[in-house]
Amino acid sequence: MNSKLRILYNGIVAENPTFVLMLGMCPTLGTTGSAMTGMSMGLATMGVLICSNVVISLIKNLVPAKVRIPAYIVVIATFVSVLQLVMEAYLPALNAMLGIFIPLIVVNCILLGRAEAFASRNGVFASCLDGIGIGIGFTLALTVLGAVRELLGTGRIFGAEIYPEAYGSLIFVLAPGAFIALGLLIALFTKIRESKANA
Amino acid sequence: MLEYISIIITAIFVNNIVFAQFLGICPFIGVSRKLSSAVGMGAAVTFVMVLATAVTWLLQSLVLTPFGLGFMQTIVFILVIAALVQMLEIILKKVAPVLYSALGVFLPLITTNCAVLGVAILVVRNNLDLGQSLVYAVATAIGFTMAISIFAGIREQLALTSVPKAMRGVPIALICAGLLAMAFMGFSGIKIG
Amino acid sequence: MKSTLLNMVLSLGVITIVAAALLAGVYSVTKEPIAAAQLAKQVDAVSAVVPAFDNDPVAEAVEITPEGEDVALKVFPARKDGSLVGAAVESYSSAGFSGDIRVIYGFDADGTVTGYAVMSHAETPGLGAKMDEWFRSSEGKRSVIGLNPSVSRPAVSKDGGEVDAITAATITSRAFLDALVRASDVYKQLAAQNTL
Repeated sequence: MNSKLRILYNGIVAENPTFVLMLGMCPTLGTTGSAMTGMSMGLATMGVLICSNVVISLIKNLVPAKVRIPAYIVVIATFVSVLQLVMEAYLPALNAMLGIFIPLIVVNCILLGRAEAFASRNGVFASCLDGIGIGIGFTLALTVLGAVRELLGTGRIFGAEIYPEAYGSLIFVLAPGAFIALGLLIALFTKIRESKANA
Repeated sequence: MLEYISIIITAIFVNNIVFAQFLGICPFIGVSRKLSSAVGMGAAVTFVMVLATAVTWLLQSLVLTPFGLGFMQTIVFILVIAALVQMLEIILKKVAPVLYSALGVFLPLITTNCAVLGVAILVVRNNLDLGQSLVYAVATAIGFTMAISIFAGIREQLALTSVPKAMRGVPIALICAGLLAMAFMGFSGIKIG
Repeated sequence: MKSTLLNMVLSLGVITIVAAALLAGVYSVTKEPIAAAQLAKQVDAVSAVVPAFDNDPVAEAVEITPEGEDVALKVFPARKDGSLVGAAVESYSSAGFSGDIRVIYGFDADGTVTGYAVMSHAETPGLGAKMDEWFRSSEGKRSVIGLNPSVSRPAVSKDGGEVDAITAATITSRAFLDALVRASDVYKQLAAQNTL
């Protein structure tokens, strides 16, 4: 595999932020009541991550080591605020649905984690790819978790009925179902990765 | 008075920050393997949360709102919290070395604890006054400390049981958290006053 | 890069200034769309619930505080060819399962319910949150559309009334009707005073 593809693969599978690194749990649990909201949250985070990764890799040599974390936080917070304003203006319904989890992207450990572990050590193009890979990994994880919860809870995926709602188990849409579904999905992901590693 | 009691009960039980609002999950999962460290984390969060809410509330109502700078909220709040945590670390080290040795290791983790920023933003969004905000912050922090302590107690027991390989660690912990959240759902709908 | 006091202060200062400038720019660009989006939400809700009109109900809105309460409700009068054909009332109830619910109700000139739009709530997903659709459904006795709360007070069937409560969400249903009655009372009061 060439090195560019490896960066993408790394973000989506080997270092999947949700299933392997287990970072950014709050939005993962809080916004996955349906596949749609989960996917939107994933895409919003991905947008900020790509921008912050690119800018941080651009300024990495201009920032003194001791103040690099505050500098990264300012960069991330700026992009989050931009996202907040843009969503409020053009996607007000989605913004209302995701609520406080939009400003809270700023404390998502994935962003600062990638800034520190990747963007501050690699070039602009690679950092951009890392943002895309990790972003896709996060979005996929949130979409899958949202779809599983929506399906088990209401019998729908992306609002399309798979089986009648009356057979659904509402608990999966509520708070406890978020924890339980995520726990089972992480276990499944671990199992699949292990059996592949042994094969 | 009744109003404050209502805020306290709601924040601790009915709308528990971890089980109902999904904030502060990272430390809740990450620092709950041992009861002693869970309690330490809870104490550190309480400290920072109350202080941060007081400072950010004042900043919002004295600076951001009057000057029409509401759009700077996220960036200002996170910088204030980061600076506060740094200062607290330095002050504690000098003034209260005993407390520092107990809480010190948890402090750097708190900057990225979304419960702290979450509470600071929530009190502004819900238009609480300063007194209500502080009561809400204290109660939320108590709710967090309680949640993480109960959870750590369960995980200490869990460590002694044999769990299927793929379920070990975080997955089984999440499922336990789900069962705890189910128990906390029993409080939903309770109203005082 | 080696850290000295000068370059630390300089670099952080420059980053913050650039960030603030960028944000101020984005803010000034999005300011109008944000205001428009907030207004559109209200306009859409009002026009969806009242009979056909040709005035601007949002611009003519009046605020009134019900007797013995301290929160004002907004009333949006709907006119056609200059005469009042109904109104939308933005009402609330604190009797919900978790937190306040806010609903805009539409009435025709007689005070009969013509529609409603849920603006915000924190009810349980899958249970209380069904109020968005439930009270306009034609199934059973769910619908509140066509009732006239100023003639007979609506109540859920459990309380001896004529409206079917949402399954497993009686508290939410009571809150919904509580908000409806509050809206209807305000509308009746204004209509009686001829101040709309």
